[in-house]
Amino acid sequence: MNELLLILGMAIATFAIRYVMFAASSHIRLSPALLNALRYVPPVVLSAIVVPEVLLKDGVISVGYMNARLVGAIAAIAIAYFTRNLLLTIVLGMAVFFSWQALVVSSIPLHS
Amino acid sequence: MPLLPSPSANRHTPSQEFWAGARGIIPLVIGAIPFGLIFGTLATNNGLSPAATLAMSAFVFAGSAQFIAAGMIAANTGWLLIVLTTVVVNLRHLLYAVSLLPYVSKLPQRWKIPLGFLLTDETFAIAIRRYESEGPAPFKHWYHLGAALTMYLNWLLCTSIGITLGQLIPNASEWGLDFAMSVTFIGMIVPYLKNRPMVIAVVVAGLVALVAASLPHQLGLMVAAFSGIGAGVISERYLKRGV
Repeated sequence: MNELLLILGMAIATFAIRYVMFAASSHIRLSPALLNALRYVPPVVLSAIVVPEVLLKDGVISVGYMNARLVGAIAAIAIAYFTRNLLLTIVLGMAVFFSWQALVVSSIPLHS
Repeated sequence: MPLLPSPSANRHTPSQEFWAGARGIIPLVIGAIPFGLIFGTLATNNGLSPAATLAMSAFVFAGSAQFIAAGMIAANTGWLLIVLTTVVVNLRHLLYAVSLLPYVSKLPQRWKIPLGFLLTDETFAIAIRRYESEGPAPFKHWYHLGAALTMYLNWLLCTSIGITLGQLIPNASEWGLDFAMSVTFIGMIVPYLKNRPMVIAVVVAGLVALVAASLPHQLGLMVAAFSGIGAGVISERYLKRGV
């Protein structure tokens, strides 16, 4: 594994993606329709990352009380909705997740 | 109800904007701490040298791509394939950059380059919130810079600590600490859900991502993103027409 090539490649690729639009910005004019569509980008992309993270275990959809991440995620959604406080959401969401994992998931004996 | 210094308050000086940005991103910085620690641990445990691990955080600065790379390294994947995967995973930053264009396009290159380099999900979320808030404040890009630099320095610090701890705690990833990323993202998504098209967009994106998860190189992510955006735009049109 050539580490130098790996880091260089990842770095250049990532910077190019992030910077190319800034670099060309004097030549770009965005239509109102495009700008409107762009409003959806942040929550949509984050959702596309989070949902598989929470619901997929080794490629299999896991929806049930044994999925501690799902429980933590539901708690996080509720906390975020009611408190509108990001820090609290992170701290309490993780607390629920760890507690559930320790108390419910770990204590259930595995089938052989 | 905003808890942190309100992003819509009128901050007059670059310095005030800068430090407000640094403070504004603190919840996300905290969420990134376990993420950074685990990356440092995971990457070194998977065979990447400490120097390369730190270099990756310093020169790539992309949490989810770094995580995926660490996994691919453990599977002995070639560097080129990892770079290609990185491109797909980070393509969403292109959309973030486009969203920031109205606010950034008039800045000189010496601003565009670092702001471009430092663009991540968290920095974008915090910066766009400030840019979109009312007020003719002329130094909002300083807020952006303060937030971005804080995130960056924290990422380097946590990676370093993770590299060190990695020797001591070889099983850190099994504790599920990486769930902090999901919780952080959930906390960032919820405030957007103010109307039905947004909810529809988010749900569609999540479902498509699930279904498309088996696509190679994280292509499912881009497919899900475009599906979600499309669903949002279409439902917005339908709901406006009163159908």
